[in-house]
Amino acid sequence: MATLHTRSAARLMIAPSVLLLLAWMIVPLSMTIYFSLLRYNLLMPGMEEFAGLSNYTYFLTDPAFFQAIFNTLAIVLGVLFITVAGGIALALLLDQPMFGQGIVRILVIAPFLIMPTVAALVWKNMFMNPVNGLFAWLAKLVGLQPFDFLANAPLFSIILIVAWQWLPFATLILLTALQSLDEEQKEAAQMDGAGAWSRFIYLVLPHLSRAITVVILIQTIFLLSVFAEILVTTNGGPGTQSTNLTFLVYAQALLQFDVGGASAGGIIAVILANIVAIFLMRMIGKTLEA
Amino acid sequence: MGSITLKNVSKVFGAHAVIPSIDLDINDGEFVVFVGPSGCGKSTLLRLIAGLEDVSGGEVVIDGKNATELPPAKRGLSMVFQSYALYPHMSVRGNIAFPLKMAGEDKSVIDKKVQDAARVLNLTDYLERKPRQLSGGQRQRVAIGRAIVRQPDAFLFDEPLSNLDAALRVNMWLEISQLHQQLKTTMIYVTHDQVEAMTMADKIVVLNRGRIEQVGSPLELYHRPDNLFVAGFIGSPKMNFVSGAPAAAYHAHTIGIRPEHLVLSKDHGTWRGTVGVAEHLGSDTFLHVKADGIDTMTARVSGDFPVTHGDQVFLTPDAQRVHRFDEKGMAIR
Amino acid sequence: MARNVSTRRKLLTTAAAWTIGILIFFPILWTFLTSFKTEAQAIASPPAFLFFDWTVQNYFEVQSRSDYFKHFMNSVVISFGSTLLGLMIAVPSAWAMAFAPTKRTKDVLMWMLSTKMMPPVGVLVPLYLMFRNTGLLDTRVGLVLVLMLINLPIIIWMLYTYFKEIPGEILEAARMDGASLAKEIIYVLTPMAIPGIASTFLLNIILAWNEAFWTLNLSAARAAPLTAFIASYSSPEGLFYAKLSAASTMAIAPILILGWFSQKQLVRGLTFGAVK
Repeated sequence: MATLHTRSAARLMIAPSVLLLLAWMIVPLSMTIYFSLLRYNLLMPGMEEFAGLSNYTYFLTDPAFFQAIFNTLAIVLGVLFITVAGGIALALLLDQPMFGQGIVRILVIAPFLIMPTVAALVWKNMFMNPVNGLFAWLAKLVGLQPFDFLANAPLFSIILIVAWQWLPFATLILLTALQSLDEEQKEAAQMDGAGAWSRFIYLVLPHLSRAITVVILIQTIFLLSVFAEILVTTNGGPGTQSTNLTFLVYAQALLQFDVGGASAGGIIAVILANIVAIFLMRMIGKTLEA
Repeated sequence: MGSITLKNVSKVFGAHAVIPSIDLDINDGEFVVFVGPSGCGKSTLLRLIAGLEDVSGGEVVIDGKNATELPPAKRGLSMVFQSYALYPHMSVRGNIAFPLKMAGEDKSVIDKKVQDAARVLNLTDYLERKPRQLSGGQRQRVAIGRAIVRQPDAFLFDEPLSNLDAALRVNMWLEISQLHQQLKTTMIYVTHDQVEAMTMADKIVVLNRGRIEQVGSPLELYHRPDNLFVAGFIGSPKMNFVSGAPAAAYHAHTIGIRPEHLVLSKDHGTWRGTVGVAEHLGSDTFLHVKADGIDTMTARVSGDFPVTHGDQVFLTPDAQRVHRFDEKGMAIR
Repeated sequence: MARNVSTRRKLLTTAAAWTIGILIFFPILWTFLTSFKTEAQAIASPPAFLFFDWTVQNYFEVQSRSDYFKHFMNSVVISFGSTLLGLMIAVPSAWAMAFAPTKRTKDVLMWMLSTKMMPPVGVLVPLYLMFRNTGLLDTRVGLVLVLMLINLPIIIWMLYTYFKEIPGEILEAARMDGASLAKEIIYVLTPMAIPGIASTFLLNIILAWNEAFWTLNLSAARAAPLTAFIASYSSPEGLFYAKLSAASTMAIAPILILGWFSQKQLVRGLTFGAVK
């Protein structure tokens, strides 16, 4: 079929999406680079001037920046840890024979389908609120002081909310992978005298490695850019305690109207994401090729 | 009607010549089997005839007309694929009717032909089912049904039974052979299984590395193999080959003796040996005998021949049925 | 399975799984229940679980006070618009890559996936300014375009993995059966491709419906979809739990139901076919 004619037709069919994505990558990104070299504030139009790398030095010496880097990584790693560990445990549980497995699956997958703003607001107000929240009521029930989650442990609270949203995703993928494990392999291992724990370590975990890698890859892409959950719960605060890189750049741009500074921050975020991406791709490359 | 002639046909993929050059005549109404080890080019050859691959050189002549440039549908052939290639979203009826619908046949004509085909293939009760609701053998019959309604000049089968289990396969051999008796249409059948080839073919084409090793009836190939390859490929268990001094006695570089042409005795014979494994099949027993100074040889004896592992026996080849080959592996006649 | 599982063990597993399942689902259930309470009952201590005076008043108030339906329609237009537009562009591309692959096809696919790795803040500023200058800010058209672009790689990947599964022998069979290219597409390819296209469509509606970076940053009163509409409850209206719950329930219900029906496709789609 691969005649010259079909080949050029194929190119024609692929062209629109390639061109669109290319434009989507290049045009705004080069504008961001350009802006990052300007002193440019929306509140002072017409005052744009070349600023060299001062935006970068400003951003990189801002203590909030390091806090944001730390928070970004904390969110990514914290959520990854909870969802992968929890996801494996849940998947193992759901893979057992039980009554009403389909309904449990439906219950477990639900948080993933909830829009981030709803998830965050429900947790913030109805659970974590120190006066009217359910957690406060539970604390009082056992004689403890209610804990103001978002004021005293903002980052942890956000990690908890985001992990709740992503746990279903990890569970569902790991469960799907688990179900493709050959029953006879497990039986063979049993005949070979492997106990439940050895079977998990030597059989189940290696079988899941590909799915775990996929979970880590995809979640990382999304977790690096957690935004809505922070916006509607803590607004990055108190101070910058729960500000991640995405939120920091947003605040610089749309709250301070500092186009130059925000652009520099954006470029730094892109560079960091690329470092993470290269690291991930290495890792993925190994498992996905196999 | 369904005569097919290949003139100097070749196929090259990139720098690799899968089929260097082949000439072949297939007569109308013949059941021809292409057989050979995997990678020998038998499926490619079938696809060249079908028109699913373009030839790199040469001519494909179907029914006296040059069909080299014709698209597959215009060649008057129909094909049964290894995976059956049924349309999963269509019912059995829809699958069988599809080629007729494509040919723009009348609705009533289509209905009648589908009914007829279904009756012949025992599919009448399954016409409204989807392929996924059928067993392997039933799917196979649907694929055949789809092929026969077009009343083609020739049928092409590409390893159609390799996904079926052994018992079903034997059934389908019979069914396909009966179909051939009824329709008397040319059939070309590709398989890697020489037993299947021997069972069904009028004419076998043995292929190896893109070349035809020999063409002939099953018994011709069995009795008069042209070379070592055909001799070793046709027949089960495999022919025993002996070179060196014992072969020189027959003025040959290598001699071949089929297991059924070795006479066994407990006390006298040409070669002495020790019984290794004995495969007792009931009616027959296959003995693997380590003959002194020669390799292990397989011999077929009747099921009640009393031997066990480690026994000493004597082997004598039936001199009339020793196949002789020269250094190049060609038969000496 | 020839394994004999004791009923006792099965019951234990069932109890454990149901407990965890209900715990995970609880925030959603609680939101749903609260949406039928009065504001006073919603913050009552101890909280009322089922025994309260059920009311649908909150739903009407959410509609009359903040025009819920307008935002719902924005969500519908934006998610369906971006998905359909994306499919129109992606179907031919995925088709060509699946059925006429070249040596570079894999690279192109990987590159497309890599565009998903670019953090949105990297292009937030210029996009915001471009939208402001061209009048696309706070319009449905603008959001349709952006959401289409961010989800295009996922759409192409999903479709590609589905198309890749259509066996080549079926297409050859159709050619042997005398189907012309047009008929092959109408009778054989399209019916076989439709399930894949439908799953891709579903998954992408879910992703677009819940997208909460660009919708929050590029929309205001006019074009705000439900994500942004709900965000407006962050303060101080969020303290009205019952109304927040009613608005939330309406925002998540359609997609929750859609998602439950397409669990399998969700896994495939979100892992780009790497896990089936």
